[in-house]
Amino acid sequence: SAPASQKKKTSATVHCFPRQEIMKWNGWGYSDSKFLFNKKGQAEFTGKRYRLSGMILPSLQDWFENTFGASVKQHKSPPSLNAGALPPANLNEAFLQDLTATGIPFSHEADDRVFRAHGHCLHEIFALREGRGFQRVPDMVTWPNCHNDVVKIVELACKHNVCVIPYGGGTSVTGALECPPEEMRCIVSLDTSQMNRILWIDEKNLVARIEAGIIGQDLERLLNEGGYCTGHEPDSMEFSSLGGWVATRASGMKKNVYGNIEDLVVHIKVVTPRGVMEKSCQGPRMSTGPDVHHFILGSEGTLGVVTEVTMKIRPIPEYRKYGSVVFPNFEAGVACLREVAKQRCAPASIRLMDNEQFQFGHALKPQVSSIFTSFVEGLKKFYITKFKGFDPHQLCVATLLFEGDRERVLQHEKQVYDIAAKFGGLAAGEDNGQRGYILTFVIAYLRDLGLDYYVVAESFETSVPWDRVLDLCRNVKERIIRECKERGVQFQPLTSCRVTQTYDAGACVYFYFAFNYRGLADPVHTYEQVEHAARDEILANGGSLSHHHGVGKLRKEWMKESISDVGLGMLRSVKEYVDPDNIFGNRNLL
Amino acid sequence: MASTTLYSQRDPMLKKRDDFEDILEERRNSSDLKYAVRCYAPVLYKGLTPCKANMLKSMVLQSDHLRYVINQVSQESGEAPDIIHEEASVILEEMAHRLKISTVRFFAFTLTKAFKTLFQHICVNEEGIHRLQQAIQEHPVVLLPSHRSYMDFLLMSYILYTYDLALPVIAAGMDFMGMKFIGEMLRMSGAFFIRRSFGGDKLYWAVFSEYVKTMLRNGFAPIEFFLEGTRSRTCKSLTPKIGLLNIVMEPFFKGEVFDVHLVPISISYERILEESLYARELLGVPKPKESTSGLLKARRILSENYGSIHVYFGQPVSIRSLAQDKVNRCKYNLVPRHIPRKPTKETQSFVTDTAYRIVRLQEDSMVLKPWVLMASILLQNLEGLELSLLTEQTLWLRGLAQSCGAFLDWPDHTPSAKVVSSSLALHRGLVCVSGGRVSLVLGEPQGLVTPEEALFNRAVSVLSCASYRNQILHVFIRPAILAVAIHNAASSKKDEVFNCFSFLCKMFSDEFILCPGDTVQDFEEACYLLVKSGSVQTLQQNIVVTDRGQSTLSFLNGLLESFLQGYQLFSTLVLGNLNMFSDKCPVEGTI
Repeated sequence: SAPASQKKKTSATVHCFPRQEIMKWNGWGYSDSKFLFNKKGQAEFTGKRYRLSGMILPSLQDWFENTFGASVKQHKSPPSLNAGALPPANLNEAFLQDLTATGIPFSHEADDRVFRAHGHCLHEIFALREGRGFQRVPDMVTWPNCHNDVVKIVELACKHNVCVIPYGGGTSVTGALECPPEEMRCIVSLDTSQMNRILWIDEKNLVARIEAGIIGQDLERLLNEGGYCTGHEPDSMEFSSLGGWVATRASGMKKNVYGNIEDLVVHIKVVTPRGVMEKSCQGPRMSTGPDVHHFILGSEGTLGVVTEVTMKIRPIPEYRKYGSVVFPNFEAGVACLREVAKQRCAPASIRLMDNEQFQFGHALKPQVSSIFTSFVEGLKKFYITKFKGFDPHQLCVATLLFEGDRERVLQHEKQVYDIAAKFGGLAAGEDNGQRGYILTFVIAYLRDLGLDYYVVAESFETSVPWDRVLDLCRNVKERIIRECKERGVQFQPLTSCRVTQTYDAGACVYFYFAFNYRGLADPVHTYEQVEHAARDEILANGGSLSHHHGVGKLRKEWMKESISDVGLGMLRSVKEYVDPDNIFGNRNLL
Repeated sequence: MASTTLYSQRDPMLKKRDDFEDILEERRNSSDLKYAVRCYAPVLYKGLTPCKANMLKSMVLQSDHLRYVINQVSQESGEAPDIIHEEASVILEEMAHRLKISTVRFFAFTLTKAFKTLFQHICVNEEGIHRLQQAIQEHPVVLLPSHRSYMDFLLMSYILYTYDLALPVIAAGMDFMGMKFIGEMLRMSGAFFIRRSFGGDKLYWAVFSEYVKTMLRNGFAPIEFFLEGTRSRTCKSLTPKIGLLNIVMEPFFKGEVFDVHLVPISISYERILEESLYARELLGVPKPKESTSGLLKARRILSENYGSIHVYFGQPVSIRSLAQDKVNRCKYNLVPRHIPRKPTKETQSFVTDTAYRIVRLQEDSMVLKPWVLMASILLQNLEGLELSLLTEQTLWLRGLAQSCGAFLDWPDHTPSAKVVSSSLALHRGLVCVSGGRVSLVLGEPQGLVTPEEALFNRAVSVLSCASYRNQILHVFIRPAILAVAIHNAASSKKDEVFNCFSFLCKMFSDEFILCPGDTVQDFEEACYLLVKSGSVQTLQQNIVVTDRGQSTLSFLNGLLESFLQGYQLFSTLVLGNLNMFSDKCPVEGTI
């Protein structure tokens, strides 16, 4: 049993040792925060953590019932964790003995193991909620406290031929954390959460040395205390870790100013079965052959554990302003974003939601407190739809976030709104913009609400050249609708997309899709078939396999087609050299 | 919803086909003028970007594709891009349609008058119309009718107007442009004109393909063209041309549209207006140039009875479903989509395959009249035969044709003698009955004409009659080739018969619709049909003709005899006179 006495609490973090105390074990996010329909049938968001927390959302029920043909009367509550159903831990005694000697804490409690057996793919959450669990879960969990602990664990794992699966924030949506069912060795989940310190800050070069287990929001908060930030804000930043970002090539909402993870990283230290790999200096750019960092960026835990990272930091911007623009239709919006990218004047964040997402956003509007606000809202709606002639079933919204010094932000803002005007865009206020970004954080909670009422939902993403954005969005949505119909989904699914990042040569597109699964024998299987077809469609329309989620096990089958035989061979040969015994045996990617 | 199944029906007897409605019936009982001016509000494609015909032109001229080609041509020729652009604009002007509803109404009025005189019935399968109506809303639609007569495309637009469906834009040969007034009328009823050959002309190809693709992408209107490229003079389907099919598929391959639906349409004429014209053309009398005065002269045909027309709108075929696992669309990811590229081998063979399948679907739903059966028998009895024998054999052939899946329009509840005699009456120009004996009309009595003229007249009759027989060839072609193979193979071993079959298929690949690469399937189908009709048995890898199969096989052999003779004659000629044939290619498939 777990030596409970060895468990130390770290004060700087929101995550105490057993995370399941404050986080859901079978859904997204904090246990205290969730959507529910109260006794009056009104939707509310519980807890105190978010701007939406504690609010009533009067339109959500109608939207929910009309969009999915669902009923809030048909509630389906998930069972609680059944530890008895768990496969018994397959422990390697010799390894255990050596590990105990190092003093590094570990556990093989059922709840610790289950918590780290999955990410947040629909099939994973669904399995938990149906009480079905997983075929294979980690046999034990260990919590290294620093780089040297990791070195020791990896050495022991090699010595005793134990499989190690690194675990950061657990927000994977590619099946990357799932244990391969065919793995016969003892599987150790290496939880990096205790390696969560900022080791030093170098203000002369504006970089910080950070332990890779730190969670995004903690990193930002700690840096903010000193007047800095990384500016790296993936939508999962409340729960995802620095090491995870590196391992999946993460992308942050504000990459236009700060860059994606590969642009932010200056130095990486990684523990592999071959030993530790790191560069000898922290020069800002090097011409020393192919960049070895790029073997690690996106390696998805197949080569080793990232323990420490030197990352660029920036002073906190003096001024920040949200904004939004309404376009008569999605085509006009995309054309505008393309122009903004062309002129290289994209704000820190610019996102274009399609009409479905716009309507969904409306459904999440909290109860208006005063008559006056609702009057103004009504006027705005009137102005846009009646006066400007926008069709409420066509129009779409771009949300904007500007950062910098005040004067420049205002100047920048004007430039962007001027471009938008050329494409028929109307400025629609700061509130709408801000609401769009708040949604980003709560939207993940909505899937759990859907599951409570027989609705399955998932999101996926891609990147695509500009000239194909519209065609790809249309064809993928249509494909989903068609596949659902052919597979007996009774009610037309919700399909929605947003252009969520802009680049010089293309954009990142994010899709949501959801459907009511009543009447389906195996909803997860149906759902997976549809998602598979949607990915085929993306690839056929010039989209990439993934922009930032990664490949995991979910998209492995397309890797060869995506990077060619030779490309795959290159990756394989690296894996073979670095980890010949497949100690890092999560079987992602290759 | 489009069917994903292709030509895979194992038992052709089980083919389900829709019923027909006569659209002339209503016309005979109500005002033509009212019909022509009635409210016309067709359903449109859901993704339609509304635009006028003129806007369409500027979209084409400003497209990235055309701009790219203009620059390319300019660089190659040294001509300024402006001049090339001007050229492109002239080409487009010459090509483009100017669809006007008023012209369509004019045609609706005059055609009604003409149709009522010429034809007894114009029958349309209404279920097909409903399917088409659905398809038009969902996806860009390409209408692919069979092509036997000039009437075809007027008839198509007429029917679509009648059913309140979106009027198509039609790819027509440049020949019509020669007809001054009529050419423009056709243009205003939706025809656009393309040159017969423009092989090397990059600019022309670019304008043309961009024009078609722009209409398709915007859902401007259904696009209609003839896969066979030209009217079949023999009533036998022609080997499909794949150029235009390639163009309409490209927007799907490149992801510009979600799907494109192809609708095979079979137009069967009981009697073709151009009947004797075709026979003469085949014998080398030059085709009269299309001209307005020629058309006026042709008015005399108005005094004749041309029986009925059947138009069968087939199940829309989804290109997306067809292309699944056959075409890897990722291939189009690595070059900007506006840069023209030669289709890959994979794509090309897919397009060819699809073209053949569509032609087979057209053939499949061709309605065959009893006369077609009679003509087939008469041609194997050129010296004539007793009326009673003809009736008997026609009935026998009817059974055989039905078991092979023919779409026969044999009148119910009518004595067979009556069916035969009324067919003979309709075709009295071709066949005569005297003293209970039926024979082909062989022109003027001997003595009044020179022997050459007599021979020529005889040939006209035989060819006209053959054009009816040809209508049923698609039903029998596979069993017939098998019959010939059995007859000619060195032994009855299945392998040897197959080798012979395969040789014949190759030889006849331009003569009949035999999809390249389908030989094994064709062979199996042929075996299946002959075994089912009890004509052959397969015993331990041997194919043996049964006693009762003798007559069937001899009929099938007879069906191909004239073709085989023709090929034989021709090859003897070529081998004997190699020097006579220089670059000029001899006439294709003339029998």
